[in-house]
Amino acid sequence: MSLIVKNINKTFTNFPALRDVTFEAKSGEFIALLGPSGSGKTTLLRLLAGLDTPNTGEISFEGENYLKLNPRDRRVGMVFQSYALFRHMTVAQNIAFGLNVRPVKERSSKSEIKATVERLLKLIQLEDLGKRYPSQLSGGQRQRVALARALAINPRLLLLDEPFGALDALVRKDLRRWLKRIHHETGVTTIFVTHDQEEALDLADRVVVLKSGKVEQIGTPLDIHSNPKSAFVFDFLGSANKAQGSVKSGVAQFDGFSAPVIGAANDGDYVLRFRPYEAQLSRGGPGLPVTVTAVLPAGSTLRLELTGTDGALFETQHTHGSEAQGFQVGDTLRLKPERVYAYA
Amino acid sequence: MTARAAKAPKTAAGFALLAFTLLWMGFIILLPLVNVLVTAFSQGIKPYLAALDTPDAHAAIWLTLLVSAIAVPLNAVFGICAAWCITRFEFKGKSLLLSILDLPFSISPVISGLVWILLFGAQGWFGFLLRDHDIKIVFALPSLVLATVLVTLPFIARELIPLMEDQGTDEEVAARTLGARGWDIFFRVTLPNIKWALLYGVLLCTARAMGEFGAVSVVSGHIRGLTDTLPLYIEITYNQYDTIGAFAAASILAGLAIVTLVLKTILEWRFAGELAAARRH
Amino acid sequence: MTGQPDTAATEPVIPDHFQAPHPAKGTTRVLPGFKITLGLTLFYLSAIVIIPLIALVARPWEHGWQGFQFVLTDTRVLHALHLSFITALAAAVVNAVAGLAVAWVLTRYNFPGRKLLDALIDLPFALPTAVAGIALSSLYASNGWIGSITEPLGLKIAYTPIGIFLALTFIGLPFVVRSVQPVLAEFEAEVEEAAETLGATDFQTAFRVILPALMPSLVTGFSLALARGVGEYGSVIFIAGNMPYVSEIAPLLIVIKLQEFDYAGAASVGVIMLAMSLAILLVLNITQRFFANVGSAK
Repeated sequence: MSLIVKNINKTFTNFPALRDVTFEAKSGEFIALLGPSGSGKTTLLRLLAGLDTPNTGEISFEGENYLKLNPRDRRVGMVFQSYALFRHMTVAQNIAFGLNVRPVKERSSKSEIKATVERLLKLIQLEDLGKRYPSQLSGGQRQRVALARALAINPRLLLLDEPFGALDALVRKDLRRWLKRIHHETGVTTIFVTHDQEEALDLADRVVVLKSGKVEQIGTPLDIHSNPKSAFVFDFLGSANKAQGSVKSGVAQFDGFSAPVIGAANDGDYVLRFRPYEAQLSRGGPGLPVTVTAVLPAGSTLRLELTGTDGALFETQHTHGSEAQGFQVGDTLRLKPERVYAYA
Repeated sequence: MTARAAKAPKTAAGFALLAFTLLWMGFIILLPLVNVLVTAFSQGIKPYLAALDTPDAHAAIWLTLLVSAIAVPLNAVFGICAAWCITRFEFKGKSLLLSILDLPFSISPVISGLVWILLFGAQGWFGFLLRDHDIKIVFALPSLVLATVLVTLPFIARELIPLMEDQGTDEEVAARTLGARGWDIFFRVTLPNIKWALLYGVLLCTARAMGEFGAVSVVSGHIRGLTDTLPLYIEITYNQYDTIGAFAAASILAGLAIVTLVLKTILEWRFAGELAAARRH
Repeated sequence: MTGQPDTAATEPVIPDHFQAPHPAKGTTRVLPGFKITLGLTLFYLSAIVIIPLIALVARPWEHGWQGFQFVLTDTRVLHALHLSFITALAAAVVNAVAGLAVAWVLTRYNFPGRKLLDALIDLPFALPTAVAGIALSSLYASNGWIGSITEPLGLKIAYTPIGIFLALTFIGLPFVVRSVQPVLAEFEAEVEEAAETLGATDFQTAFRVILPALMPSLVTGFSLALARGVGEYGSVIFIAGNMPYVSEIAPLLIVIKLQEFDYAGAASVGVIMLAMSLAILLVLNITQRFFANVGSAK
């Protein structure tokens, strides 16, 4: 393991930001810290960069105790949410900064620094903009400059704080693909923070889900997606339908039908969850009685909003052109989950 | 996007900077203030009170109050007018207008007095007119007021303009669409939004008006008991080696300055959101 | 942000039919009172500022160009102007350094009495100049608290240019502190942290990252202190000693010439001083434009 984070606790004046956080990252791995705002993910990133110190716990990198090093000596490349570019320096000067502030003995020659800057400008596809100032760039371009500046010091660990937070949807998607390529090319261990589950699952090798300063689940995107360990993770990853039901020997019992259960649940009564795209709608047969309240055709799927007899709200997703196309507002239907998730 | 929070100094450089600041502030700023108060009371409270209880001192205090009471309201009305037309409308020459508005900040107070002599003095442009009609402007109250008005002209406008620029016109336009008339808009929408900034400007303007020395010194003529404001009274008594008299008068103005600073600080703390951005500490 | 064309293919393109929302300010004349307030403003500015200054600028020429030239070449006048400028310059330089340190301490360090110290910065703004003048004069006179210490050591302060310099240092400090302080207070912590993670030492961060960002405001404070110092009268006049060719400042010459009823001479000195202040502010303006081009504008 290259990065080891062990039993980290961090408290800000009476507010526990991180509680007993433990995870590891392999060399070259791309890890996402996923969680809602206030979950402690940025705090964790700042601890890794050395910008804050934990109250207790250990952080080591390639066998070296990171907590003993100040940020200068950790050689982490940090990309800040606000980019934090030096606005009085050109793009090239920004990128060269980390090389220029090295002690004279370790500093590369001017021509070497220049070559590095040019190589990085090419990597971020801004070859012609080296002489521009940050104020003359778009948000996406600034983002890339910030990344190049962090990469210039040849970091052992790359930390990205909500790298696409301030950008609009179109740019985000492009940069996401681009970041993946950069990671592939540089091979540097990367930790990035996001509150966007789609981003996390798209980019990361493994995802660490955080909730109120605690690790909720760690796993590959597929693992996290198909086997959420808690109601929180399930709800955070996408929209959830909820219905009352009971579980008996691994099967969910509803009024008149049953469904397989995921999640190690003991027998008893539960709030059972299921995904909008893991449910069947039919005009008759077994299922929860529901009424169609809206038909939403926008997007890649056809979505239906439904109301149960007790007033509960449901949502389902279907492929365009499927049988569901025929349903209209006011129709009374049966909703049958294909698989449900039960959490204590 | 927050700034770094203030922390207790830790490094040697930090302590050195803090020590330098305390010494420098003590030496440059605080010492003169302490000196005024100590010297004023150097012979006890009785001589202090006696020094202030002379007809000339009374007249000087009265005249200072009178001049300020005329100059400050004039500049307040002007400041509101200027801020209204500058922040609520677009027109050509606005930046020139702003530069002219700032001029009094950048000219020597002595020049701010001189110009009135050049206009209304015995050999001034309008001097003959005034002489023929026996109107006294120079070496009399009108010129004291004019000089003070010129020196303190930008204070209130300069507080209101950035604030009203920040606040925008949405509320007033909304009031307009709801049928409010001009004065209603001003008194019910604009004034409540700017009242603390206005007060802040008035405070600074008053402090400067009462303490102005250079400009009024040029136009006053130094007629004791008639055209000497408190700062001029200080000069005369000081030059006559009446130390207690000079410093007693100075202590009044120093006390006024302290009161101004206290009120100013309170306004900055209490009503930070309602002052121009540069004033929110 | 400047309107540079976007070259990168990844950027979103603004559709042709897109229209920016109309700014509220553009809704000119929806609000009432334009003519009356503009009229009053122009009238007041004309009466109080413009016409008086025209009277000033017009006055020196009553004896023709030669009259003005005579004043301009008078060594006493030149000496006074030189003295006013040099002492103001020296004080502004000292204030730029000291003011930067004070602003830094007030925004970066927490210590007992910080708020009080912060409020005290404005004392030179609030304290009438005559009060400051007699206080400084009595402090540095040979029998004063400080003068009685320095004079036996051979350092005479009152009634010399050093005294003028000290008075202008007192007057100028708040200009620098109040210009720099807000910029420093709003300086993003993340930018400093970025420098730190990139390997910069505290000194490198201070001098390469923070100081350049403070430059525009520091130059502003310096220029304001300088402009104020050149024209300062009240706080200087008591401590200066006012000896011709030694410690006589330019504003005093105006007063002296007025007492001699030499209006044209007084106005000549006034015009030169006015030109000096305006030149200082012009240079300031040009410098700020340079800084703005360097991308400090957001």
